[in-house]
Parts: sequence; C-alpha cells; structure tokens
Amino acid sequence: MKVSFPHMGYLYIPLKTLFKGLKLEVIAPPPISQKTMELGVKYSPEFACLPLKINMGNFIEAMEQGADTIVMAGGWGPCRFGYYAQVEREILQELGYDFKMVILEAPDSRISELLLQLKALGEKVSVREAYKAIRFAWKKLIAIEKLEKMLEYCLPRAVDKNHMETIFERALQAVDEAESQQEVEKIAQESLREMEKSPFKSAEVLKIGLVGEIYTILEPASNCHVARCLGRLDAHVSRSIYVSDWVNDHLFGGYLRKSNHKQIMQSSRPYLNYEVGGHGRETVGSTVDFARLDYNGIIQIAPLTCMPEIVAQSILGKVSEELEIPCMTMYFDEHSGAAGVYTRLEAFVDMLQRKKNLPSSPLLLEARA
Amino acid sequence: MSRVGIPRSLFYYYYYPLWKSFFSDLGVEILTSAPSNRHTVERGIELAVDETCFPIKVYLGHVAELCREELDYLFIPRLVSVEARSYICPKFMGLPDIVRALIKETPPLIDITVDLSRDEKCFKKDIIRVGRLFTRQASRIQLAYQHGCEELRLCRSLASQGFTMEEAIKIWEGGAMEAEPETDLNIGVLGHGYSLYDERISMNLVKRLRAMNCKVLLPEHLGSEVVEAEAATVPKRVFWTLGRKMLGSALHLSQREDVDGIIYLACFGCGPDSLIGEIIERKVRDCKPFILLTVDEHSGEAGIITRLEAFCDMLRRRRNCGSESKLSPYGVSLHSFENTV
Repeated sequence: MKVSFPHMGYLYIPLKTLFKGLKLEVIAPPPISQKTMELGVKYSPEFACLPLKINMGNFIEAMEQGADTIVMAGGWGPCRFGYYAQVEREILQELGYDFKMVILEAPDSRISELLLQLKALGEKVSVREAYKAIRFAWKKLIAIEKLEKMLEYCLPRAVDKNHMETIFERALQAVDEAESQQEVEKIAQESLREMEKSPFKSAEVLKIGLVGEIYTILEPASNCHVARCLGRLDAHVSRSIYVSDWVNDHLFGGYLRKSNHKQIMQSSRPYLNYEVGGHGRETVGSTVDFARLDYNGIIQIAPLTCMPEIVAQSILGKVSEELEIPCMTMYFDEHSGAAGVYTRLEAFVDMLQRKKNLPSSPLLLEARA
Repeated sequence: MSRVGIPRSLFYYYYYPLWKSFFSDLGVEILTSAPSNRHTVERGIELAVDETCFPIKVYLGHVAELCREELDYLFIPRLVSVEARSYICPKFMGLPDIVRALIKETPPLIDITVDLSRDEKCFKKDIIRVGRLFTRQASRIQLAYQHGCEELRLCRSLASQGFTMEEAIKIWEGGAMEAEPETDLNIGVLGHGYSLYDERISMNLVKRLRAMNCKVLLPEHLGSEVVEAEAATVPKRVFWTLGRKMLGSALHLSQREDVDGIIYLACFGCGPDSLIGEIIERKVRDCKPFILLTVDEHSGEAGIITRLEAFCDMLRRRRNCGSESKLSPYGVSLHSFENTV
C-alpha cells in the first residue's frame, strides 16, 4: 500500500511522519506547481472551489508517481468540503485510476474514533505504536508553527529578507528529515535563535491580521504567497488559523491545549450570531479581536464562491466601519494572477502606512520609481 | 393590528403558507413584497457584496422594498436546517446578520432560528418567543403553529398535482387553476425552488417549457419517499436538504420510461450545486438527455429560450426518428478525448 494525501501548507511534513509511524509507505504529492493547477482545473467541476481543484491535481500527480491509496478528510457540511472526497473519487475512477480512497470522517471531539480509523490504516501496528506516531507528528507540527510564527515576526523587521527566508526553508527541510523528537527540537531551537540574531531594522512595522478560509490561509500556493509578500512589504502578518489549532479543536476536542476558539466565537457577536459553516464565524470573530489588539488592517482571503466567507464578507463592512479598521477581501481561483494580487497588496499596505504616518517600505519606493 | 413583512423570495416558496397562517391566527397582518422585478434585482445588486449568489441578491432587494413600508416587524428567519442531519446553505444561516450589516434602517427583525439538525427543542422555544410578541397565550401560539403546518401540507399536496410551489400558493390563496396545456414531451426540471419558482431568476423557465408543449415534472410531483430512497443509493448521504432532493429526483427521473429529458437550473456560483450538479450530470448523462442551465443577473432571456428550443427540438427529433439508442446527447466523441491523460 502506497499512501498519499492532499497538500495543505506544511502539513505534508507531519503527515509523512504519521504514516511512516504507522508503517506505511508514503508518496507525498510533488509540491504544487503550475502543472498541478492545470491538471486539477482540467478534471474538476468548473464551479467547484479552488481547494478541490488543487486536491485533484495533487492526487493525479501522486498516482502518476505510484501511489495507490489516498487518505482524505470528510465532514458533514454545510461547507462543500464535506463532499469533496465523494466527487474526487468519482472523477478519478472515471479517469481510470486504480486506487483505494480512505476517507477520515472528522468525528467532532471523539479522539478514540479517529485513533481507530488511523489504526485501521496502518496494517500491523499496535495501539502504542499508533500513539507514538501521532505524538511524533504533533511535535513536528508544533516545531513548524513556531518557525512560521518567528518568520512572520522577523521577515518585516529583517534587513536581509532573503537570508531570513533561507533559514526558514532550511529548517523546514531539516524538520522533515528528522528521525527523532530530540532532533526536531534541536533544529527548531537553533533555527529560531539564528533568526532572532539576524540584523533588524529599528523602524516600526505595520501589523496586519490575515483572516479567512482555512485552506487559502494555510496553502501559500493557493493565495499567491500573500503572507510572504506582506512580510516583504514590511508588514507583520498574524494569521487567524494555524493547523495545530484546527487539529486541537476539531479532532482532539480541545484536549491537547487551551483553545481560544470560544473567545473568537464570542467576539463575533453581535455581528454574526450563529455558525455559518467553514470558518465564516471565525473570520468575523478574529477580525474583531485583531481590531481590539490595535492591528492596522485586516485582509480576508478565500477561494472564489466560498459560501461561509461570503457571509463573513457581507458582515465585515459593518465591523470595519464600527471598529474603524480597514478590511480588504481577496478571492482566489485558478485565474488569480500574482501581479494583480501584489498590486492590491502594495496599495493596501501603502494606504495603511500613510494612515499611520509610517515611511513607505523600500520595495514600494522602488516600485514607484 | 401589527404588521409583519415577509419577503417574496428564497424560502417563501417552500414555507409561506405556514408562516402566513401562523401570523394571521395571532391577529397579525401580513405584507409581502411584489414578485421579483427589475427594481428588486437592481436594489439587491447595489446592496450585496459582488460575490453573493443571485438569489441572495434578489432577496436583499425584496427586503429593501419592504423596509420602505410601515412595518412593525420584518420576518427574516435564520434557516440552519429543516430536517435532521441536513443543512440548507451557509448563506441562509447568516441571513439576519447579513441584512443587519447591509441595510441601515430596518424594522425590528423576527430572526427565528430554524435548526432541526439535532432536535426540535430550540425551534419550539423560538416559536413561542415569536408568538409572545403578539399574544400572551402560549396555547394560542401552539395552535397557530399547528394550523400553519396543516396549511403547508395542504399547499404541498396541491403542488404535487402538477403545479409549481408558486402556483400552488396562488391557488391556496384562492386563485383559479389554469387548464393543463396539451403536451407531447415530459421534461424533468430540477433546481432550488427559490430560483426555479422565482420568475425573474428562472426567466419563466417552467411556463416557457409549457408553452413549448412540454409537461414539466418537478421534485414536488415525485413523492418524497421515492426521492429519498433514490438519494440514499449514493455512497455518502448528501447533507444539503435541497441537494439531496435534487439528486434523488434526478436519479428517479433518469430511470423513468416516460421522461424525455432533464433540465437542471443552477445559479452561478452556487456552492452546493457546483458539486451536486456534477454528480447528477455523471449519473444521468448515460440514460437521459440532460442540460445544465446556469443563470445569474447577467443572463439574457434570448439565450435561455434558444437553448430550451434546441433541447426540445432535439428530444422530438430523437423520438420521431425512432432512434431509440441510448446515446447521450453529449455524444461519445466529446468525452473520449478527456480520457487520454
């Protein structure tokens, strides 16, 4: 059995570790490229949202490399994601691929069921080994997120931004290859220290909250690398969602660590008073929280036609007005061009910098010249 | 006498008889907006964010129209789920909040939450809460609600005799039944009721087909047991109420000898339809001629008419030529090139 799975940000690193721990052979899909997008768009329903199309590209590329089992998450609506796997399976079967699809139906807050599903995947592993695999994968996930947060902090403040990104990429690869928990910790510590020690500019930076739909936030290839671009434009970006929060809240029922999910939901009142599926309510709640923390602006990102995010967007206008925080919404699909996205980001950052009387970032000055 | 406004849009087409009887029994005067027209659409487009789907834009237009009237309350239910373990669409779940955020001056909203996904407890409490706005007697509220449910059943049984929900509501309110035209084609027409029965959104799809001598079969005519049983044949239960109804109806219609073709009306950017439409197309295209019509505020009527005419012509020629082949109207060659990866 050669297992594969869809990409979502850096999630492939802990997933590879998890499946290896379950004694499975893993074939991670190649990194998302133009070819992935083209394949996905060609074989997906025209009006499906972008994550489904990228999933399809991932699956086709993974199967071309020999994968014969796909692990995919499920769900029970109302967001479309819950029905992704069903449609994807139909299409792949019609394309003539011979494969097995394992769908992990997220059992809200029932870790035991998830463990059973995972154990059923690994053929000859004991419960103890399954537990160990999950723990190691979780450690890697936490290490990666520490690195990501550090990059978000350091990139806008760094003198040499390329150097900062290089440290990050190198650390990521080392974590991917690490064989033990001690090794992961050592890599994380060293890389974090190296990032901290790099020379910083003294100028104040903008703080921008990035909210929206989970896949678009986590997968840089789906959003033209919005977070990195903002960092390079001297803006400190805080995301509303990290993978570990989602895993903790939805798979482990808030069991692994204290969750601020309730607080975010509370903040969404009185603007949005009920669940709307996906991360629509979180988007509104996080926006309110960011505004209260004196962030300079909010960028909402989502795949085009994302239902929960359209609800959130309809409401963000009022939040923006009442809490006096500039908000911008960007939708992404296969037609999103990087240049157009950068122009909008530059304009937004420029506007915020003027509003705050900050000097324009050198990149902007360069662009203007 | 209190006055409550009900927008003639979205779930008006599925639940109006219930709410009208309920409020009337409590001594409330009901005011509905006019059927969707150019002004409703224009006002809706102005208010909504661009990416919103057409039916929600139209709904906002209706709400804006009602906001200009002298009303005590505006009825904007939050429809989360109308049956166990199923949902409508995320946009319905945020409807009262969207209205509050986008329209500045509204009468007080009655934003009752309809969430029957787990149990009916909260909904029953909410019914009482709403009733209390107009009367103190809890028993009167309960009776009014029961009466409403009965009226709704009556109206639905009217619709099952071959009418659209919109026509059934008109007949229920005392209108005359129209004589059935002569027909030579049976066409199954699927789509969310709020786009299918709204004459502006569907551009009169049902009436146009009838004018082309077609008998139109709608999900309301098929009997919910048959539809549910067919829908249960897919590997994973569809968790959208309307999507499941559509899928079950499509599967049922595609197996019926007397059905000549199937038309699916979708609105551009509709989330559930983007996946359900795909599944239906895959299941149906080997058995019956099928077209998917996608409409939005930019759709021209001429384009729709042309496609309907072509579809009907094709069905008639197919039958008259005696070509009983089960060849899909897509033809084989259209799809074969896609199989060469």
